[in-house]
Amino acid sequence: MTTIGSAQREIPAPRANAETATFWEAAAAGKLLVKKCERCGAVHWYPRALCPFCFSDATTWLEASGRGAIHSYSVMRRVPQPYVIAYVTLEEGVTMLSNIVDCDADSLSVGQAVQLVFVPSSGGPPVPMFAPSEDVPRNADRLR
Amino acid sequence: MGIKGKAYIAGAYEHPTRKAGDKSVAQLHAEVAKGALEDAGLSKDDVDAYFCAGDAPGLGALSMIDYLGLRVRHLDSTETGGSSYLVHVGHAAQAIAAGKCSVALITLAGRPRADGVATGTAPRMWNPGAPDVAFEFPYGPTTAGIYAMCAKRHMYEFGTTGEQLAWIKVAASQHAQWNPHAVLPDPVSVEDVLNSPMIADPLHRLDCCIISDGGGALVVVSPEIARALDRPRVKVLGAGEAPKYQMGGRVDLTHSAAIWSGAAAFAEAGVTPADIKYASIYDSFTITVLIQLEDLGFCKKGEGGKFVADGNLISGVGTLPVNTDGGGLCNNHPANRGGMTKVIEAVRQLRGEAHPKVQVPNCDLALAHGTGGMLGTRHAGATLILERE
Repeated sequence: MTTIGSAQREIPAPRANAETATFWEAAAAGKLLVKKCERCGAVHWYPRALCPFCFSDATTWLEASGRGAIHSYSVMRRVPQPYVIAYVTLEEGVTMLSNIVDCDADSLSVGQAVQLVFVPSSGGPPVPMFAPSEDVPRNADRLR
Repeated sequence: MGIKGKAYIAGAYEHPTRKAGDKSVAQLHAEVAKGALEDAGLSKDDVDAYFCAGDAPGLGALSMIDYLGLRVRHLDSTETGGSSYLVHVGHAAQAIAAGKCSVALITLAGRPRADGVATGTAPRMWNPGAPDVAFEFPYGPTTAGIYAMCAKRHMYEFGTTGEQLAWIKVAASQHAQWNPHAVLPDPVSVEDVLNSPMIADPLHRLDCCIISDGGGALVVVSPEIARALDRPRVKVLGAGEAPKYQMGGRVDLTHSAAIWSGAAAFAEAGVTPADIKYASIYDSFTITVLIQLEDLGFCKKGEGGKFVADGNLISGVGTLPVNTDGGGLCNNHPANRGGMTKVIEAVRQLRGEAHPKVQVPNCDLALAHGTGGMLGTRHAGATLILERE
């Protein structure tokens, strides 16, 4: 058993800029935003002003459900406080780098359902992470 | 028009040091430049093009050109991490083919070991202004952790095992025992790999490359100059380069850019994977080798585990000798960048100058491939196909 909490590792503060300020303001309010293109309809990650698929500047913010599944993960063991780095695929279809917290690192698995949690950073906005969940994403089969 | 047959690798030199606390980085660049030029039988004044990457201290290539005292008419500081030097060989061949230069010097050097850099286990930020940083750096994206996720996903999709990955290290260690400069010269077993401490699941310590100081250099020349030199001729037959990244959130951890760079290089060279007698395959981690072998077409996707098992990468034992210098896993990974030594060992094999215990008989066609950046986030693959003329 390798218990991973959500307050063990100091989280470096993400730096917002003009392009991402809305994202981090929403994060402070407990919301995870992704970008959707109004022209081609694609959702992308990480968020950009111009769609990386069709280059349209008609991109809008969409609030993610917070449900997702683990695409892959690794337990970082050669550090003072072990932590879990992971790629999580959101219900909205994009896969994002994150951490899995509030878990037993030894019992995680690829494809496992996870739920959004926000974890404070050191002097910056909270960052979106994920914890194991019973709430399976509606398109769970495709997310594995 | 392409670059097939338009350029030759005339000089190759690997610095013998593996810990260089008594030397500066610029000095190491100069020492490998001198070594490669002497190997080719050329002098500094013959150099009319210079190539370097992010390990070279200064503003692009300018500081090193100044320090080395070069007078060039072509320069290139393309930076793709550890694969940069394979990209540079391709770019040098292009520049030679276009008549822009005739003697291109490529250098790599660094001293992360002397400087105590935690290469694989501490998150490193190349540039705080990069657009991905805010969305990735808070999560502690170490090199070992990112590659470990590629391994974990490969195991999930294809049933690849830790034992299979361990065979890649076993092969490297079998080769390294004949290399007097290797950091880790002792042969290891599959059990040794599996029993070494877990760094980032599922990668053990012995799945990870070593950290070393030193460097290497190459001299790429025109056909006319190659013919005038008293060295075996190593011809550039094909070159390919390709980036791969997160594709806007469509992350794919089990394929590398080698699927594109390899296909381009093979097409240009007009040969197939079955023709290759020796391969230098970037080995930052065991999983890196496995995924690249699949993507280069040495076996089908998902069958890399079976391909590397039971000594298939060991010279004189298996069907595809790989990294006969001991690779980054056992010999050398100077400046945390393994691409340069990949080309150098391929040149040794084609010249018949590898250690007799690992020399591939009649080695007339070799491949060198590198992955720079990080396989699981954004990286550049670069492939060279080289022929002994």
